[in-house]
Amino acid sequence: MSDATSTGVERRPIEDYPVRVVSARPGLSTRLRNLADRRELLTSLVSSDIRIKYKNSALGIFWSMLSPASTLAIYYLVFSFFLKNGIPNFVIYLFSGLLVWNMFQNSINAATGVIVDRAQLVKKVSFPREILALANVGAAVVYFAIQLGVLAIFLLAVGHQPAWGYLWILPISFVALYLFTASVAMVMSAITVYLRDMKHLMEVLLMLWFWLTPVVYTYENSLAAPLHRHGIAAIYFLNPITMIVLTFQRVFYVSTTVRSTVSPTTVLHILPTWPVSTYFYFNLALAGLMIVLFLVSVTIFGRLEGNFESEL
Amino acid sequence: MTTVIDVENVSKKFKIHHERNQSLKERLLHPKTGSTEVFHALSNINFKVSDNETVGLIGHNGSGKSTLLKTICGVLQPTTGEIRLRGNLAALLELGAGFQVELSGRDNIYLYGAMLGFSRRGIDAIFDEIVDFSELEKFIDTQVKFYSSGMYVRLAFAVAVSVSPDILVVDEVLAVGDERFQKKCIDRIRLFQEEGRSILLVTHSADQVRQICDRAIVLDGGELIADGPVQESLRIFREHLLGDAIEHDHSGVQSNITIDAISSPTGSFDVRCGEAMHLDVEISSATAYSGNFVLEVFTRSGLLVSRSDAQGSPVNLVPGRNRLGVDFTKIPLLDGIYDINAGIVDTRGNTVIAWREGAASIQVLYDGREDGIVEMDALIRQQ
Repeated sequence: MSDATSTGVERRPIEDYPVRVVSARPGLSTRLRNLADRRELLTSLVSSDIRIKYKNSALGIFWSMLSPASTLAIYYLVFSFFLKNGIPNFVIYLFSGLLVWNMFQNSINAATGVIVDRAQLVKKVSFPREILALANVGAAVVYFAIQLGVLAIFLLAVGHQPAWGYLWILPISFVALYLFTASVAMVMSAITVYLRDMKHLMEVLLMLWFWLTPVVYTYENSLAAPLHRHGIAAIYFLNPITMIVLTFQRVFYVSTTVRSTVSPTTVLHILPTWPVSTYFYFNLALAGLMIVLFLVSVTIFGRLEGNFESEL
Repeated sequence: MTTVIDVENVSKKFKIHHERNQSLKERLLHPKTGSTEVFHALSNINFKVSDNETVGLIGHNGSGKSTLLKTICGVLQPTTGEIRLRGNLAALLELGAGFQVELSGRDNIYLYGAMLGFSRRGIDAIFDEIVDFSELEKFIDTQVKFYSSGMYVRLAFAVAVSVSPDILVVDEVLAVGDERFQKKCIDRIRLFQEEGRSILLVTHSADQVRQICDRAIVLDGGELIADGPVQESLRIFREHLLGDAIEHDHSGVQSNITIDAISSPTGSFDVRCGEAMHLDVEISSATAYSGNFVLEVFTRSGLLVSRSDAQGSPVNLVPGRNRLGVDFTKIPLLDGIYDINAGIVDTRGNTVIAWREGAASIQVLYDGREDGIVEMDALIRQQ
């Protein structure tokens, strides 16, 4: 039994529709199902986010390539000619770490205030609120992909081969990065509803966090070395970004030890000399942990979400 | 009949903060300041809406009707209780709340559609119809920030009604655009009704409820106080409004005046079409008061036939019993039963002092051939 409707589309009898339940505190599985059901909204929000950013520019998305490309070019000039630290191809090392860091930082910076900024929407339209934070992460993923493309072009241009044998670990590492970023983004966006100055605190924290992560300096020069001497190197890996950054650096920079370009007799230790299996297991364990973290974050978000209305 | 909205024991509490600081710095420096009060916006609401039903939700400001609506739409979570929904729901809570002003109308149609839960392909199929309904063909690729407010709501309304939801929830947004567009919106809602979709309409306007709804629910102070036929619910709603007004009235006038009865000297409320009729009204008052007497006549289906106030000349009430006479020189109504409401309002006409809903019913007898409400006495002849 179906009848023509106002839109001319055949309509299913109402009895065929599943029953949806709005209740006090939807469980984790309901939340995840709602999120999965609304993935179209996520892609819409991500694409509108990107469109808005480049709407009024004739070159459009080209700008987003220009920015990482110019960053890469400037680093290349600076570290090859002026700030020689003796590490050959330092710009590749730096950029592969920055790639990861930028994705994290851009997401968190955008997502922290997103629910407060879009209060009008949150108060009027029904959809899983996490999607707002996830859309910011999604936009950051797009820029991440663009930067990855720029890096690939650069590697091709300078004839630098990545570590092919390690390359397949990157997807696992990326999943861990995505889940970690999404978790922090969701929780921060919810906390900011209650504590509006979180945005400023987060800026300071992210700066500190950046310098705790071996992006600008090398892992072997980091705090990890003295910690390792005391047998507590594990502490250094409490920062999940570290493992991901190291993996990206291992894949794109390749060398673990190099000869200094300033004094050829000095050997510089850059990256840990782990075999591929160690990278694999560490990343796999990290990704597993991040799945748990993601689920916990969705739950925390659900708890905090209940009072949004009276806080916004 | 299938239940499409099932509201079961829904309560909603809000925390109201008094001078609470929403910053970490302030909380650390002054951990004890601010107090919180719990406000019961809804308590134990139960009702069902079936397919093929248009339900009006009425109540004055702060009665909890918007909260209830938002809870049904899933914008708010109930504190306790559950709401079960069947089918797609499109909510017109605030038109264009999801618009991104930097994007074009075209992009916003897709974005808004996605927010209402419809896929890109689904919107593709009805895109032309949306543009058509909104009458914005020329501006569809213009950024929404350059739209006028009328264009803005027209676009939003067009999306919401074109996605053909099974349940349409409308919150006082029918005042969209010019009169012609409003009519178009009402027509679309009528079409929805004919198609057996469910509509939940929140409004202040009793006339709108009479016009569109099959049933009305009245909320007061977060509680459901009436759920039934439109006429009956409206009566309860008006009496409650009056009751509240008395509570907030410090002059003491309102509680002292009541309309006791409307009677007919012949004892019968039957009247033939075209005949005269006289009604006696008994009013008791504790004080002297000068106000306007208002008389409303409704059809049984809730259509307002007439509202008159004795041409604006006030009646002077004296302490004790008062009698007013109402003379109809000619009842122009056709066959049927008509309900009469009567009341006293102040001379400026904005405060109801006393009201009696359903004070009397008259039965009009008519044996001619005309159909409808009013006798027009049309003469048709060949020329």
